[in-house]
Amino acid sequence: MRKFARHAVFYAVLIGIWALLGALKIWPTYVFPTPKGVGEALYAGFQDHSFWIAIAVSMKRMLLGYSLSVVLGMVLGLGVASNKFLEETMGGLLVSLQSLPSICWLPLAVLWFGLTEKAILFVVVMGSLLSVTIAMEDGRKQMPKIHSMAGRNLGATGLKLFWYVLLPASLPFILNGLKQGWAFAWRSLISGEMIFVSLGLGQQLMMGRDLNDMNLVIAVMLLIIAIGYIVDGLVFRTAERSLQRRWGLEPAS
Amino acid sequence: MTPNPALQPSFTGDHRNPARASNARWKAGAAPSVVSLRQADSDANPKVHLDGISLSYKTNDGKRLLALDNIDLKVQPGEFLCIVGPSGCGKSTLLHLIAGLNQPTSGSVLMDNKPVTAPGTDRILIFQELGLFPWLKVGENVEFGMKMKGLSKAERRERVDYYLRLVHLSQFKDSYTHQLSGGMRQRVALARALATEPDVLLMDEPFAALDAQTRDLLHDELERLWAETGRTIIFVTHNVREAIRLGDRVALISFRPGKIKREYRVDLPRPRQLEDVSVALCAREILDDLRGEIDKSLREQYGDKEVHA
Ligand SMILES: Nc1ncnc2c1ncn2[C@@H]1O[C@H](COP(=O)(O)OP(=O)(O)O)[C@@H](O)[C@H]1O
Ligand SMILES: [Mg+2]
Repeated sequence: MRKFARHAVFYAVLIGIWALLGALKIWPTYVFPTPKGVGEALYAGFQDHSFWIAIAVSMKRMLLGYSLSVVLGMVLGLGVASNKFLEETMGGLLVSLQSLPSICWLPLAVLWFGLTEKAILFVVVMGSLLSVTIAMEDGRKQMPKIHSMAGRNLGATGLKLFWYVLLPASLPFILNGLKQGWAFAWRSLISGEMIFVSLGLGQQLMMGRDLNDMNLVIAVMLLIIAIGYIVDGLVFRTAERSLQRRWGLEPAS
Repeated sequence: MTPNPALQPSFTGDHRNPARASNARWKAGAAPSVVSLRQADSDANPKVHLDGISLSYKTNDGKRLLALDNIDLKVQPGEFLCIVGPSGCGKSTLLHLIAGLNQPTSGSVLMDNKPVTAPGTDRILIFQELGLFPWLKVGENVEFGMKMKGLSKAERRERVDYYLRLVHLSQFKDSYTHQLSGGMRQRVALARALATEPDVLLMDEPFAALDAQTRDLLHDELERLWAETGRTIIFVTHNVREAIRLGDRVALISFRPGKIKREYRVDLPRPRQLEDVSVALCAREILDDLRGEIDKSLREQYGDKEVHA
């Protein structure tokens, strides 16, 4: 509760300074919007459902693209980790590919898939696939060998071994990668939507620019931050804490 | 109440009958009670039969390390066999082979005269490091093997309760393994192995890391469980007294290459205690044989020609 109070004070002061700067009217409001204007934009956006729709569309793309890259990344990562030749060759390639911003895949995606939903998904997948793959590969290597031996010893084979032993055993080692993958996917999605106009939060942002509506731009930016924060705090922190409790690991920090 | 009739105490006139071992000669502790055992003593229908197995590992410098060399060993149904040898002589390797987690370079492992090619729930290994699953609760750990076997949920639940009670851990069913002490974790591993109801229990230095009191307690519990369940146990240890305390028979493995150097039959009455004079006397005889092997092992590990501990 004290922590919450500190946060509340911090944000209140931040908004206060913002409001003060706005009230001084140093810049015109279409360049420097006030908290009140942004608040109204947020309210209006939710009132006329355009924000809800944008969020729903963006989240749907995220869930699809992210789940796809988690599944693919796990298979790829496991495959790479289980073969020495692949590990040497593919491993290096994956790391070097990771330096490519995923939005660079958009021209290729548009040429392959046209201006379709698939092109956006492709960009999202490419944004997070590599970090998930690399995390899975690392996790598989870091995972104590004893777990897979104990699993086989107790009669687990094939898919059962993967699902009941390898996956949970490597989870503490891949969770950070999964989290990073989500963050990359989220960024890729928004950049993709900004260039490739078809609903979603990125498009709302570009609409704000086209209409010269600074309030809308800031409101959407706040939404993007908030969603990122909520997913991180709610989904990944919860998973992290539950892992720490189960495994008896010291909480990080 | 009990889920499996095979688990009922079965003292049916076998070698575990205390009367069998009550040989007055040994009770006096005057003469060594271990007698070298000739291969000819072995029965024709062993539970586990290691038939001339050898195993060599590839080492990092590209050479081959002969860890086990032409091991012949027969284990009778219901027998408690202890395997002793210095660190690095291949004891764990041997158990992994029997468990089917590894394949011999030559020779074969036979279980009821059928070759072993993969892990199976008729043989369960309790690893030196235990290998409990930290993401599962104690009860779920015990349930794991049965789940893999495809037993019904009701049966699994019943057996989990039964085996947890057997190792006195009922009230820890919903704890995570990191919340337990070393001795309790050891018992969880035991319950998890027993719950799949294997014919053969393989134990790899299970009590090496425990304090003396806990170890004594677990010796008693293990002996009781063995008597009650009639399982065959192959128990690896580097502690000769522990081997005498528990085993019907002790096999000594030599260091590099790992061969069966000698076998001993232990004819002391049960229950035994680690501190018994007779146990100490038996241990002395085996230790004399073991000492040379330990020297070899130490010299190998520390590269010092002068080690004579
Ligand atoms: N996976 C492996 N690769 C190479 N050498 C191994 C491997 N496992 C064990 N060894 C070697 O084989 C020998 C026997 O090992 P181990 O069976 O663990 O001995 P013990 O259990 O008796 O201490 C040791 O010298 C060890 O270094
Ligand atoms: Mg060992």
